[in-house]
Amino acid sequence: MARYMLSVFGPAERNEFGDYPSREAMLEAFADTGAFNEKLEREGHFVFADGLEAATTATTVDGQGERPVFTDGPYLETKEHLGGFWVIEAADLDQALALAAEASRACRGKVEVRPFQTAESFTALLGS
Amino acid sequence: MTDTPVAEAITRAHHDEWARVVATLARRFGDLDVAEEATADAYVTAVERWPLDGIPANPGGWLTTTATRKAIDRLRREARRDAKHQAGLMVSDDAPVEPAGPVQDDRLRLIFTCCHPALGMPARMALTLRLVGGLTVAEIARAFLVAEPTMAQRITRAKAKITAAHIPYRVPSAEDIHERLAGVLAVVYLVFNEGYLTGAGDRSLRTELTDEAIRLARLLRTLLPQDGEVAGLLALMLLAEARRAARVSRSGELVTLAEQDRGAWDRGLIAEGHALVRERIAAVAAGNGPPGRYQLLAAISAVHTAAPSARDTDWSQIVALYDRLVAVDGSPIVRLNRAVAVAELDGPGPALAEVDRLTEALDGYHPFHVARADLLRRLTRSAEARLAYDRAIALTGNPAERAHLTRRRDQLAG
Repeated sequence: MARYMLSVFGPAERNEFGDYPSREAMLEAFADTGAFNEKLEREGHFVFADGLEAATTATTVDGQGERPVFTDGPYLETKEHLGGFWVIEAADLDQALALAAEASRACRGKVEVRPFQTAESFTALLGS
Repeated sequence: MTDTPVAEAITRAHHDEWARVVATLARRFGDLDVAEEATADAYVTAVERWPLDGIPANPGGWLTTTATRKAIDRLRREARRDAKHQAGLMVSDDAPVEPAGPVQDDRLRLIFTCCHPALGMPARMALTLRLVGGLTVAEIARAFLVAEPTMAQRITRAKAKITAAHIPYRVPSAEDIHERLAGVLAVVYLVFNEGYLTGAGDRSLRTELTDEAIRLARLLRTLLPQDGEVAGLLALMLLAEARRAARVSRSGELVTLAEQDRGAWDRGLIAEGHALVRERIAAVAAGNGPPGRYQLLAAISAVHTAAPSARDTDWSQIVALYDRLVAVDGSPIVRLNRAVAVAELDGPGPALAEVDRLTEALDGYHPFHVARADLLRRLTRSAEARLAYDRAIALTGNPAERAHLTRRRDQLAG
């Protein structure tokens, strides 16, 4: 099994219904996402999943200097930010992409699929 | 050493065996890099050994054995450096073979992996030409008019993504294969069109792309003989390739289908293309599902190439085929081509009305302006025709086509 992160992006500023056009739409998306998460658990793909507070609540920290520097706001100034993510396990990319398509439909957003480093790729990195 | 029996045997082995050797090694070692390098090494060894030892009775077997040894040598060297490397393999296929699934040929796995939808189209074309077609990185770079390091990086990145993202080395499941095969055929057809349509670059290298695309389609046909769209794409490319010699005049000007010397068409390729189209018509008649876009395009080409002259073309059949094609693929480009056929059946007036409806979608597409210019010329609306030719000339990058359009424009009355 390989591990993938499925990231969902949304607008930096959210309306009163999260990123959704209405309260009904929000509740429907939550219900679909909940059902999808249960399926992930049932089929042994689930590692972790959660939604994030709005990007405006983020604090960026640089601890590389003598004293840490704290900056209000997200690391990148963009119109869209990470809004939530799943960490899943899948047999291969084909399975991960199929699950991501379901995730995208459930949460009503585009989903980025990115593989985690593996023990082998990390070892190869150390060896190079 | 050209023309010697050994050189011929090596060229033949390159065409016939390269994909099989890469595919077999990729399956055995689970690593495309290892498979590619070991296969290339085996061919270098063949060039050294065959003139001395003679051509082996089974060149494919010899190359696979030699490449396997090269791969093992390389992995041993790397294992000394990094004991874990051999575990760092791509996800290998351990799923049971589905009885209803297509033939499990390693070359088919290789093709589906190279044409995986998670890879960008340029990467898919480059990987397929390198790993399945056996073209060198330098050849692919020249054919696509990019610098060799750029092409090398494109291929390296694609292979790295296959490994890191765990793109499987597998023929897709029965439920996905139809859509995934459509993606493979799109890669093959793009490679063909890159060689056939684009004017820029060295002509012999362009021929290499069309030859390679046809070779890939033949391979797919061997692997998936029942698939209608595979047969359709092969037929379509054969019927286009058959007209190649007649397509450009001695002075390097593009010659339209209507003006081509039909005696210069390759009758062998046309016969082969027609046989495939007939096979598909029979299969569709026998209830094997409706024809897809490549079969319909091939059927249209078959009608054109069956006519002894442009005037004898069965335009009503061509328009009927375009009607079916629009039902499968209602894109503006298909509708434009249909309108061009309508001009032959119903005259330039009705055709122009259809073409003008596509202005918004196709304003940046030079064949749109070529078709409009031609219809306006036939309606003797010379001033408008001249403007349309100017637009088409400005938008085309193909020197042969520019020469043809300029002559047409300059022949306009008034």
